[in-house]
Amino acid sequence: MITGAKVSVAIIAFGLLALLPFFLEAYGLGLMIGMLSYVALATAWSMFSGPTHYISLATVAFYGVGAYTVAVLNEGISFPVILLIAVLIGLVLSLAVGVATLRLAGVYFVIFSFGLAELVRQLITWYEVNVTGTLGRYIFLPLEPQDIYWLLLGAATLTLIIGWLVRRSRIGLALRVIGDDEVIAAHIGINLTRTKLLLFALSASLITLVGAIQAPRWVYIEPSIVFNPTVSFLTVIMALLGGPHRLFGPLFGVVPLFLLFEWLSANFPNHYSIILGALFIAIVFVLPNGVLEFLDRFRLRRAKT
Amino acid sequence: MTSLMIGLVLGGTYALAALGLTMQYGVARIMNLAYGEFVISAAFATFVLFSSINLNPLLAMFIVAPAAFSISYFVYAILMAPLVKRSKKKGNLENDSILITFGLLFLVQGILLVLFGADFASYNYLNIPVNVFGITIAANRLIAFGLAMILGLSLYCLVAYSQWGITLRAVATKPENARLVGINVDRVAQIAFAIGGMLAALAGVVISMFQTFTATSGVVFTMKALIVVIMGGVGNFMGALISGLILGLAEATVSTYVDPGLTLASTYLIFLVLLLWRPQGLFGKGVVK
Amino acid sequence: MNDKRHLLKKLARLAMTSAVALTFSGVVSTAVLASEKSVKIGYAVSKTGQNSAGAGITTAPNYVLWVEDINAAGGLQLPDGSRLPIEIIEYDDRSSSEEVVRAIERLATQDKVDFILPPWGTGFNLAIAPLMDRFGYPQLAVTAVTDKAPEFAERWKKSFWVLGGGGDYSESLADVLAEANKSGKINNKIAVISVADGFGIDLIKSARPAFKKHGFDVVYDKTYPLGTSDFNAMIAEAKASGADSFVAFSYPPGTFALTKQSQIASFNPKVLYLGVGVGFPVYPKIAEGKMEGVMSLGGVDVNSAAFTDYAKRHMEVTGNPPDYWASSVTYASLQMLQQAIERVGLNRDAVSKELSSGEFDTILGKVKLEDNQLRKLWWTGQWKNGNFVAVAPATREGAVSPVIPKPAWQE
Repeated sequence: MITGAKVSVAIIAFGLLALLPFFLEAYGLGLMIGMLSYVALATAWSMFSGPTHYISLATVAFYGVGAYTVAVLNEGISFPVILLIAVLIGLVLSLAVGVATLRLAGVYFVIFSFGLAELVRQLITWYEVNVTGTLGRYIFLPLEPQDIYWLLLGAATLTLIIGWLVRRSRIGLALRVIGDDEVIAAHIGINLTRTKLLLFALSASLITLVGAIQAPRWVYIEPSIVFNPTVSFLTVIMALLGGPHRLFGPLFGVVPLFLLFEWLSANFPNHYSIILGALFIAIVFVLPNGVLEFLDRFRLRRAKT
Repeated sequence: MTSLMIGLVLGGTYALAALGLTMQYGVARIMNLAYGEFVISAAFATFVLFSSINLNPLLAMFIVAPAAFSISYFVYAILMAPLVKRSKKKGNLENDSILITFGLLFLVQGILLVLFGADFASYNYLNIPVNVFGITIAANRLIAFGLAMILGLSLYCLVAYSQWGITLRAVATKPENARLVGINVDRVAQIAFAIGGMLAALAGVVISMFQTFTATSGVVFTMKALIVVIMGGVGNFMGALISGLILGLAEATVSTYVDPGLTLASTYLIFLVLLLWRPQGLFGKGVVK
Repeated sequence: MNDKRHLLKKLARLAMTSAVALTFSGVVSTAVLASEKSVKIGYAVSKTGQNSAGAGITTAPNYVLWVEDINAAGGLQLPDGSRLPIEIIEYDDRSSSEEVVRAIERLATQDKVDFILPPWGTGFNLAIAPLMDRFGYPQLAVTAVTDKAPEFAERWKKSFWVLGGGGDYSESLADVLAEANKSGKINNKIAVISVADGFGIDLIKSARPAFKKHGFDVVYDKTYPLGTSDFNAMIAEAKASGADSFVAFSYPPGTFALTKQSQIASFNPKVLYLGVGVGFPVYPKIAEGKMEGVMSLGGVDVNSAAFTDYAKRHMEVTGNPPDYWASSVTYASLQMLQQAIERVGLNRDAVSKELSSGEFDTILGKVKLEDNQLRKLWWTGQWKNGNFVAVAPATREGAVSPVIPKPAWQE
């Protein structure tokens, strides 16, 4: 169900966001960059993990691969081409991984995906040390923060559009059935493996793209920086908080959490962890079904009265 | 031969660190991301007892372990029980427990940071060489190995052969059915969680004898433990024991015969390959869906 | 059960209110400070995450100490002789590159601080360098060891690199070893391991040719991943290699584990050189007081009154002694900033110019930067009579001659 009004709201929102760099100073822009990257990550993550209930901790594997691709190729090739190559690498990697892993279930998949991210990091480290003889690469690309912002805005929008298309397609329907009951899904003739694989690859390629876009901001890259497992965890947490079953669910998880993190680390640099932990626990109790459902229920209640 | 010994002892540490998580996740079904923080808290407690009143860490165990048991017991009552109750209708305990223990992780870590700062903590106890079959090993590491074996095997036997073990297994495999035969599932889960916390603390006490630690090093233990638990098959103590030893052996042999640079890569590789071969872990029986 | 739920709600509410109350108190206190005239200085360091231990030992305590020292003296002195108190704005970068970049953007454009102090770590200093340059802030990068420092100083004119490069340390070590080899104290075989991380690789890459140049034979040369906790296998190999010298370009947890495990294995090479962590105040405790003869990067001149006085105040103010390598350099870099401001005022361009051309009187003695880099540093140190003393460059005043072979672990 989609109305013209909704489309125009979306276009206007996009237009406003695209104009934002002309009004924001560096910090505001930096905030938006961070937020947009997590919006893209969490939405891409939910594209696969929402309907299938597979909690993937491999986000940083693809994100890091994207960043590393940029670090390796940044001299001599134009940036759009590098991005394309990064996405292709992400695609190939995720297909290879997907074929092997998607038959695992539940927590086995969770930890497997974590192990995968660590394995990729270890192998890249070993390769860099023993084959290329360096560790740590520099990226000197003439990209301004607003360029990165626009690219990320593009990536986030692309992710949302793909997410929307997937939900409307046969695949989306198939995935929802799989999430509800794999046995039924198999019975009604859904090709389980192929469907899951396709979505996993799509989601992973988008994540790779985000990593590649962000890399030029850090100038210096080494495995411990780009394969920081925190990225995987934050993505999961934000998506789960927002509600991974809805298209805009992750968005509603990212924005408040991101701002909360920022506010805490600025105001309580010495008690950040304690307050964050306590608030987090409180959130789980107060919002059991994600922010978006909470808002919905709130609206419903108001509509009734 | 040397690398065999080194590997076994190292593997014993991994197994020891994983036993508690097997209990918590296998029986109580709480995916405890703050597990490593429990280990580190116990390590700090031992450190404080040792450096303030010069208490022997082996004796400190008898203070730290019961304390950890009761703390975990209350943590379950306050944080987990409401979630378990809530999830009966929707069955999303896994998501909820990941989220809430993630919060707990930050909370505990933050408290440790405030209390002890970011500095490395270390003390020395029984850091003396012992000769085992002509190979020198630190006494404190041997204790870790021995404790892992004793705890792992006795827990395995307890679960496999005792009445209480049957109850545990019933709760672990089919909580709905266990309820039907009159088992107080919530209570068993709570005790299992508390025992898990106690095992984590025991690991923390022993590990603190030979490893330097900081307030933020808990995550490493959580991840190592998770890998061992998953590899061995959730809820299976024998599995945890053996997969811990396998990882330790792999690390030592790769370090000696291949390249120290590939030790961690090889442990993850073994883990991944093993899971592909047996998707439910070494000893898993397809219990957890 | 209902009671419990009620209790929980109460607890949650309590947490919320106290959080809100805390914020307000925070707001109020900054407001009070801002109404006075002060110099705003900002920084982001890792208070949480994987970098917090390093930052918490070397960087953050020195910032605290320096601000305390300045404010106790009535504030930062300006060219006209007046003094302004320092107001600190600090953020936690959570050990993430993205966060540190944003924190700097925030300090520069939102808080509009007068000066920004650098974060901890090579990677993070590089990540913020282009930003500092764009916003026009001088960057006194301390905890960044890189051989590319000359190149960076050229690229970012206001960046200053004050802890040297990997090559400085490894070449100095090679000199020390060559000296010992020449006098017949050690053989010409070296076993070396390094951590697979920017720092370890930088050092090993420059060490290989340096060792070779002095006629050494590197008989064991391996790299291990960050996070390795068991070194027994590597120690066994090094022991069997017949090398008199064992060198590990390691990071703190590894350095500590190597120390303990070498003791157990009775591995007592004639030269034992370990990486970061040997100079940490906690090291003697880890080595159970048997650290005599262990070598590492850095070192201090213990006969310098300036250093002992600094170490005493560091202990008083932060509760911990300084480390024996980068701590005093960090504090010295802050003194340079302070003196530059005293001479030319708060104009950042003028301060940068003064930093690159002026001479400063610091706890390291009189220092002057060469091409925006501090070169007058101690490259190699050794534990001797309970102090981590500087042994190289041997020509510099205050250097102590190294004890080779290293005494046995007992005692």
